[in-house]
Amino acid sequence: MTTAVVSTEAPGEASTTPVAPRPRRRAPRVNRPVGGAGAGVLLWGYAALALVPLLLMVSNSFRSNADLITDPLGLPAPPTTSSYAEAWTTGNFATYFGNSLLVTVGAVAVSTSVATMAAYALARARSRIFRWLESLFLSGLMLPIHLAILPIFYLFDGLGLIDSRLGLMLMYAASGIPFSVFVLTTFFRQLPEELEEAAALDGATSWQTFWRIMVPLVRPALATVAVFRFVPIWNDFLFPLVLLRREDKYTLPVGLTTFFGENATNYSAVFAGLVITTIPLIVLFLVATKQIVAGLTAGMAK
Amino acid sequence: MRRRTGLVFVAPALALFAVFVLYPMVTAFSYAFFQWQGTTRGAFAGLENFATLFTKAPFTTDLPRAVLHNVLFFVGTLLIQNTIGLTIAYLLHSRPRTRRMLQTLYAMPYLVSPIVIGYLWTLLLSPTFGPVNTLLTGLGLESWALPWLGDPKTALWVVILVSVWQWIGFPVLLYGAALGGVPEELTEAARVDGASNRQAFSRITLPLLVPAVGTVSVLTFIFAMEAFALPYAFGGSTGNPAGATDFVSLLFYRTAFDSGAADAIGSSSALATLLFLLIFGGAYVATAVLRRHERRITA
Repeated sequence: MTTAVVSTEAPGEASTTPVAPRPRRRAPRVNRPVGGAGAGVLLWGYAALALVPLLLMVSNSFRSNADLITDPLGLPAPPTTSSYAEAWTTGNFATYFGNSLLVTVGAVAVSTSVATMAAYALARARSRIFRWLESLFLSGLMLPIHLAILPIFYLFDGLGLIDSRLGLMLMYAASGIPFSVFVLTTFFRQLPEELEEAAALDGATSWQTFWRIMVPLVRPALATVAVFRFVPIWNDFLFPLVLLRREDKYTLPVGLTTFFGENATNYSAVFAGLVITTIPLIVLFLVATKQIVAGLTAGMAK
Repeated sequence: MRRRTGLVFVAPALALFAVFVLYPMVTAFSYAFFQWQGTTRGAFAGLENFATLFTKAPFTTDLPRAVLHNVLFFVGTLLIQNTIGLTIAYLLHSRPRTRRMLQTLYAMPYLVSPIVIGYLWTLLLSPTFGPVNTLLTGLGLESWALPWLGDPKTALWVVILVSVWQWIGFPVLLYGAALGGVPEELTEAARVDGASNRQAFSRITLPLLVPAVGTVSVLTFIFAMEAFALPYAFGGSTGNPAGATDFVSLLFYRTAFDSGAADAIGSSSALATLLFLLIFGGAYVATAVLRRHERRITA
C-alpha cells in the first residue's frame, strides 16, 4: 500500500514543483554495503571467532602432550599423529566410532524410508483419518522426547533392549519421523496429481507409482531430511548415556565422557578424540552444505 | 489414493512412532501420579510427588537454583544471540557476494556435538595451559586471566556464551531469510522521504521482523529449558563448581538415575512433568502473543 502512495506522489510532486529537483541520494545507496569497510572487518572478525576454536582443536590434536603444556599457543611443527593412535586403540575410539556410524546411518535410513511412505499417503489420501494421523505425527515436533527418558528406559528394559544398538537405532528412527514427515508431505503436495493418473492408466500399482515416479521426484527433499537428521543423532548424548551400560556398545559422545574422565590430563589424546567425534560431520558439511542450510531454515516453520 | 493402500503406507511409521514416542510420552505423565518403591508401582498418589519437589531436600535448595539458571540461560542467550544475530544478518543483507560464505562459516560450530564443544572450551579455558588465558596474559591483561570454569561467579556465563557461540548461525540464517522477505520498496520509500539508514531500519524493517524475532525467541526458550549436554560437559551431572552450572534437566537426571532414593521414579517424573508444562505453556503463551501482534501489523 505504501508503495502505491509513493509512486503516485512522486510524479505529482515533480509536476507541481518545477524548481530544481531535490538531489536524489537514493540510487548510490541501494547497493552500498551497510556499515562500510568497518562492518566488513567486523563480519570477518566474527567468522574468525567462529572458526579459530575449531581450528585450535584440530591443530592441538597433532601436537604432543608435553608440547601442549609448555607452549599453549604453539603450532604443530612437526605434526605428530601419536595422539590419534592412542585415542583410536587404547581409548576405544575405534569401537565408539563404529557404534555411532551403525546407529546413526541405520536410524536415518529407517526413519527416512518409513517417513517417505507415510508422507506420500498423507499428501494423497483424502479420507479424514489421514488428516488426524498427520496432526498426530506433527504433534511430535512439539514433544520434548528427552523428558520421556524414564518410560523409555523401562520400555527398553522390558523388551531386553538395554545395551542394544538396534534398540537405540529404532528409538532415533522413531524420534525423527515428525520432522521428516513434515518436510516430505509438503514436497509431495507440490507434485501434480496427473503424474499418478497417467501411471494408473499405464497399469502401474500404487507401490510402482510411489517407488518409480514419486520418490525420484522428491530426491532433493530426501537428501535434506537425511542430512539434517544425521547431525542431532550423531551428536545425541542423553539416550546412549541412559540406554547403554556396556562400554563396547557406547557411541562417541558417551565414550568421550568416559575417556575425558579417565584421561583429563592427557590433553592431546582428548583433542584427538574430539576431532574423531567431529570429522564425519565436517565431511558431511563439505559435501552437503546446501541440505544443512535448507534444513536449518525448514526448522523455522516448526 | 485408496484408504486401505494409504494405511499400508502409513503403518510402519505409525508403529515406530507409537511404540517409541507416543507410548513413553503418555506414560511419562502417569508415572508422576503414583507412589513408587524402586521400580514397583504402588497406589495412586495424587499430587504427592509434586509436593515432594517443594518440601523435601535436595529439591528445596536445588530446584529453585536450577530454575534460576535455566531462566538466566534463556534470557542471556536470547538477548545476546538476538542482538548479534540480527546485527550480522542486517549487515550481511547488503553484501550479497560474501553472504553465503559467511553464513556457512557462522553455522560451522552448530554441527559439532555439545559434548565436544563443552570439552573443547574446558581445555581452551584451562587456567594452567589454556590458550585463552595464555593469550590474555601475553596481551598484558593478567587480571582477566581468570579460572573461568572454576569460579561459580563466571562458570554460568561461560556456559551461556559458549552456547551463543555455537548456535549463532541459526538466528543469522533465520533473520537473513526474514530480511529477504521485507519488500525493498518499503525501505526505498522511507529513504526517498528522507529517512536515514538507521531510521529505515528501526521504523520499517525491525517491526516487520517481529514475527521472526518471536520464532527465534520461542525456539530459544524451548532449547534453554531443555539444556543438558553442554552443561553436563562443563560441570558434570552435579553442575560443578558448587552447583553453579546446575540445570533442571541435570537435576532430573540425577534424581532419576543417580540418587538411589526409593521414590526416585515418582519425584523425577513429577519434575519432568513440571518441566514439560513449563516448556509447553511458555511456548504456547509466546506463540499466542505473537499471533496477536502479527494480526496487528497486517491489519
